[in-house]
Amino acid sequence: VAFRGIAGLIAVRRETLSSYAITIGTFIVIQAIAVCGLNVIVGFAGQISLGHAAFFGIGAYTAAILTTKAGLSFWMALPLVIAIGGLIGFLLGLPSIRVREDFLAITTIGINFIVEAVFRYVPFFGGALGIGGIPRIVLFDMRLKGISFFLLCLGFLVLVVLLCWWLKRCWAILACFAVRDEESAASTMGISPVRFKLLAFVIGTSIAALAGSLYAHYMQFISAGDFSFPVSVGLLSMLVLGGMGTIWGPLVGTLILGVLPEVFRPLVDYRIFFYTFLLLLMIRFQPGGLLGEESVVRRVFAPLLKRGKP
Amino acid sequence: MRLFIEQLLNGIAMGSIYALITLGLALVYGVMRILHVAHAAVYTIGAYAGLFIFQATGSLILAFLGAMIVCAFLGVVIERFLYFPLMKYPPFVPLIGSIAVMLCIEEVCRLVAGPYILTFPAKLPFPDVYLGGIQISSTLLAVYSITAIVLLLLWYITTRTELGLAMRAASQDISISDAMGINSHLIVSITFVIGSAVAAVAGILVGIYYNQVYPTMGTVPAYKTLALIVVGGLGSVPGAVIASLLLGVAETLLIGYANIPLPRDALAFIAMIGVLMWRSEGLLGSSR
Repeated sequence: VAFRGIAGLIAVRRETLSSYAITIGTFIVIQAIAVCGLNVIVGFAGQISLGHAAFFGIGAYTAAILTTKAGLSFWMALPLVIAIGGLIGFLLGLPSIRVREDFLAITTIGINFIVEAVFRYVPFFGGALGIGGIPRIVLFDMRLKGISFFLLCLGFLVLVVLLCWWLKRCWAILACFAVRDEESAASTMGISPVRFKLLAFVIGTSIAALAGSLYAHYMQFISAGDFSFPVSVGLLSMLVLGGMGTIWGPLVGTLILGVLPEVFRPLVDYRIFFYTFLLLLMIRFQPGGLLGEESVVRRVFAPLLKRGKP
Repeated sequence: MRLFIEQLLNGIAMGSIYALITLGLALVYGVMRILHVAHAAVYTIGAYAGLFIFQATGSLILAFLGAMIVCAFLGVVIERFLYFPLMKYPPFVPLIGSIAVMLCIEEVCRLVAGPYILTFPAKLPFPDVYLGGIQISSTLLAVYSITAIVLLLLWYITTRTELGLAMRAASQDISISDAMGINSHLIVSITFVIGSAVAAVAGILVGIYYNQVYPTMGTVPAYKTLALIVVGGLGSVPGAVIASLLLGVAETLLIGYANIPLPRDALAFIAMIGVLMWRSEGLLGSSR
């Protein structure tokens, strides 16, 4: 009997451990989707955004309200969520994009603070209590949780990465790259910088809204604090760490910064210190990110890649 | 009416403290075009350094001087080891670095001094003044006079001395001022020394004013002062001071009278977006 008890205990432990891993994995995948959206804005169009969590939050709140108050299912609400996210991105982007780089950084911080304040203080958004009772996603008559939800998020991530890959190849983003690198030259070539910046902003915020919707359905409860400014800093750090403007950079950055706190857990009190210190060293010595141009990883692997090609 | 005047006086004190913090940020932005978020961490360090020196020696003057030296040193270290090597990258790279430094310093404060709120039981050597039945407490008077002294000193340095001339030259165009024989890297460092020392003063004043010193005391000022330098006109020191005073008064009065649903910390950003719509170069900025 004792033996059976121990075996049961081990099984339970393994169960909790794997569900813990799935939880962390799901968070990492959801964040990776948001970071891909940020990459379109910052990496592709060169527009610094320090308020990405606001758009993440707008997606989450829209999804929560549509599913709890309007009674729509996740799949019915999803196109609306993405459209509303893009629309608000467009409206907030319109004034922001016109200002210069430094202003843009501060304006997006401001947007983040204001959006968070609206969520926290307007009763329609649940006020300080947040919104609870968000239903789970139902797919083929199956309530998704644990591993199946993780796979759904992974599927969305693949779609977003494909979208980014396509965007990077297509002409619109070529124009954005031109705008990023040399704005005045691009505008003399007949590319309207404002239009392409705005396009990138709308795509990026729509992707953030998608990530927010997944987050809301995963947590089933959201409050304003989940979308505060430090979250934006975290998302941007992931992007910077991975490498801006690359396809795999956002994924690598999110994975590293998502797993790192778990690795550092034994350090207990010193955890956040090491985390921030690492970020500091990274930005000081590898500002292009791990996968960016001229990075250590690139330099080490470049000869290998070249040798592979005839 | 009496309440109104008391609120107004508190608002001006609040604004003065904002001005002292924002000033350093505006100076640094002027010469380096960097959004120095970590400035608020320097201010936190100033408050801690002041508190510890005060506890050790019991002398406020030593506390002020010591904190100013510590902060000036910290400011120069941040400039030399982080901002200067990152100058050649797009401006958001040093900005992210700055945020990382700020979070890092916050953590150091939390680890060294503990996560709790420390009290700053100092009494500033100023008298309580009664004007027509309204009391101006010694702390308020100290905040006013110290701010006024710092502003006058700074005004004198920037407009009446050769150092100020060099600083203004560097803020207009750093490479041309280099070519004119100014050691502009030294000037940049001196700017950091001045800005950080003033931040130390602000930190100690806030510590005494609220009787609180804690690791995250810099978080809200860090971003609010960014909005303030935009409102004042990026790089314009007088503009930043005026914007800070206005915000301090507006915040205190709005909290006291109008029952607005938004928290006071969002107010600075709403004002900022309003100003950006109306006059994108800020109150006193020049359109560069």
